[in-house]
Amino acid sequence: MNGADLRALSGRLLLPLFSVLLGLAAGAVAVVLAGANPLDAYGALFQGAFTTRNAFTETLVATIPYVFLGLSVAIGFRAGLFNIGGQGQLLLGGIFAAFVGYSVAGLPAIVHVPVALLAGMLGGFLWGAIPGILKARTGAHEVITTIMLNYVAAGLLDFLVNRGPMADPHRAIPQTPAMLPSATLPIIVPGSRLHLGLFLALLAVPVVWFLVERTTIGFRIRAVGLNATAARASGISVAWTMVTVMGISGALAGLAGAVEVLGVSGVLTPSLASGLAFDAIAVALLAGSNPFAILPSAFLFGALRSGASFMQLQTQVSTDLISVVQAAVIVFVAAPMLVRLIFRLRATPSAPVRITAGGLGATPPEEGAA
Amino acid sequence: MYGALRANDGVDFTVRWGEVHALLGENGAGKTTLMNVVYGLTKSDHGEVLLDGRPVQISGPIDAIRLGIGMVHQHFMLIPPLTVAENVVLGHETARRGVMDLDQARRDVGELARRHGLEVDAGARVADLSVGMQQRVEILKALYRGARVLVLDEPTAVLTPPEAERLFEVVHQLTASGAAVIFITHKLGEVMAVADRITVMRRGKVVATTAPTDSSPAELARLMVGRPVLLRVEKGTAHPGDAVLRIEALTVDDDRHQVAVDHVSLDVRAGEIVGIAGVEGNGQDHLIEAILGLRHPRQGRILLGSADITHDSTRRVLIAGVGHIPADRHSMGVIADLNVADNLILSDYDRPPFARGILRQLTAVLQHAKRVIRAFDIRAESPEQPLASLSGGNQQKVVVARELDSDPRVLVASQPTRGVDVGSIEFIHQQLVRRRDEGMAVLLVSSELDEILSLSDRVAVMYRGRMVAVLEGDQIESERIGLLMAGAAA
Repeated sequence: MNGADLRALSGRLLLPLFSVLLGLAAGAVAVVLAGANPLDAYGALFQGAFTTRNAFTETLVATIPYVFLGLSVAIGFRAGLFNIGGQGQLLLGGIFAAFVGYSVAGLPAIVHVPVALLAGMLGGFLWGAIPGILKARTGAHEVITTIMLNYVAAGLLDFLVNRGPMADPHRAIPQTPAMLPSATLPIIVPGSRLHLGLFLALLAVPVVWFLVERTTIGFRIRAVGLNATAARASGISVAWTMVTVMGISGALAGLAGAVEVLGVSGVLTPSLASGLAFDAIAVALLAGSNPFAILPSAFLFGALRSGASFMQLQTQVSTDLISVVQAAVIVFVAAPMLVRLIFRLRATPSAPVRITAGGLGATPPEEGAA
Repeated sequence: MYGALRANDGVDFTVRWGEVHALLGENGAGKTTLMNVVYGLTKSDHGEVLLDGRPVQISGPIDAIRLGIGMVHQHFMLIPPLTVAENVVLGHETARRGVMDLDQARRDVGELARRHGLEVDAGARVADLSVGMQQRVEILKALYRGARVLVLDEPTAVLTPPEAERLFEVVHQLTASGAAVIFITHKLGEVMAVADRITVMRRGKVVATTAPTDSSPAELARLMVGRPVLLRVEKGTAHPGDAVLRIEALTVDDDRHQVAVDHVSLDVRAGEIVGIAGVEGNGQDHLIEAILGLRHPRQGRILLGSADITHDSTRRVLIAGVGHIPADRHSMGVIADLNVADNLILSDYDRPPFARGILRQLTAVLQHAKRVIRAFDIRAESPEQPLASLSGGNQQKVVVARELDSDPRVLVASQPTRGVDVGSIEFIHQQLVRRRDEGMAVLLVSSELDEILSLSDRVAVMYRGRMVAVLEGDQIESERIGLLMAGAAA
């Protein structure tokens, strides 16, 4: 790696780092306005997320779905698609996985767990492919259709578990029967809730990276995302690529739902993983859609989420502070110019400056100009 | 005598009141950058701009306009649904108690247009005007803001030859009334026709300032490129074989379901270059998109050899043996953020040896890139560098190399040398002629009449979607084609 590469890398790392710092600063302002001490609040947040064994494993438990969901949003971004339907796809994944998890008896765990996970991915895949097909066939914008399908999925789940076909007949509250032990994800740290999903999440990252960077499917996805017109002109089916990528994105979200049901809650309720998929948009944005960067990004959001209740308990600062911080981080990630201005970072030029003679060329000429 | 406007240091450039000063240079030579400095869009590191001998601070277009400097950009900055008058007064509206006085605006603009011989209907919607008329609106806009120094950036790129002639008249009228006009161009012919003086730029530096009477096209070309240039392509007579591409009574609609290509029939035979001349927007793009399966024709047939490819997908058309150099490199030809190697296999990425199953074979991709980069003399440091980091000419060479290396039966080359330096133009032209001699059928679409004239064995002229004439041999003559392009009957 030469100097220029290093500089480019540090440039790519500095921007998200500073965005997080500014996000925390914005949160601190909110805390001050609410009449509390931000140092106390962040101290408690840190304590609640890291300082005990239980706190740390809970942070990891919270990180797991963010990894899958972050990858889900990121792969959509790589194709130029904005999948806001993670929540719905997650719910479908939960429904499919839960059905296999409680109803298919007699399988050994080594078979039952993978089958239930695959069922979850299938559910998410199908739910994700629908907006893909709508976009490819009719041009319907995926932002609209995925949002709408979130409501449909929520309604469907409600119907299924609220005295519907998947409801536990022995209980008054809306939920499915409990997952069979053979379908439950094993706990990997005794005495904690940390489950096998952590390894799956760590595995999903290189798999998604490989898919995007080393396969023809990934090449199609990137080509369409970077320049759909050129991709089409070179014979790539943009429509089919959109369906594929929405399906893959949905499958990852579905996996998140499956892992939550099989690893954490053990039953499916209408409130499964609520809000996580929206946080994941921030996870992916902060990571710049790079699969490996999803890990630290998801970890940060997991820590915020898991430390929040302890903070509220200790300092009476509402857990809503987390939403403020997350929102501010998104704003700063989306406004790199602002961050550069505040920290006086130099923009990394995207193309070499071509005209240098005669004192001209302070900025590169526009593409194709002159 | 003072220069009216002067940009100093390293680049020394002076335009006098009452003259048309052509700023000549290849793409990337720094013409537009220099003018952006003058217009305040780019900041210079050092040096100064003098107006009437006094140094002036120009830190944005507002300053430039205040100082009487106006610019007409290559791509018009007009709002199509608004009228001419509304566009012209935009940002400088006269208002009565906050309500825009449109009648006053229309009168003012009409008066201004008459005074400068720029007849245009002030009440017409810009969307309904021809490109030539829209350009007048841009000029009026600058004049309305009090421009005395007018910068025209590649103003003839979008005009028919007759429209260009009328523009030259307008320009001369403006200078006769004392204004200074800076005419940015890379076309030698029009420099000789319109300029009083000429400044030639190369690689960000001024290499000469001269006048048409003291120079010649060949001399100017040498100054632009830095070495003698062949202005004419050397090619022998064609020996055409059988028709490879047959277009039969093809009708194609545009996105708004209006007829864009109207019953066009044309054969392209092996071993010949057929040029389609025409001002942009007369159906050429739609014709090409139909051939490539990017747009479904309404009627008619397209045959490749004996196979009907009318309704085939783009992928099948490309595999069947059609190569395509798209008109708009940036949007259609390349994916700028992918590397050079990937851009060289854009349509072959999933076929051996570049992929096995769904696994890409990056070693094969890189080896292929290295070979092609050598064979086509693409100036790239590494096949893995992003395509965007290459110069425009080399980006275009990547496109040409990709399309020619796959050895298509028919090459559809649309504006193959647009935005490309003279050196690369020479190379691309030689490649096209060589492939023709080896038996490739070439369909060339270009809005540069010179390119059509120097390369084509036959010339078809398109006007408003119709093929108005197909000319051969000594029928191919610039004046005749120019008239046909403008809609004169054959």
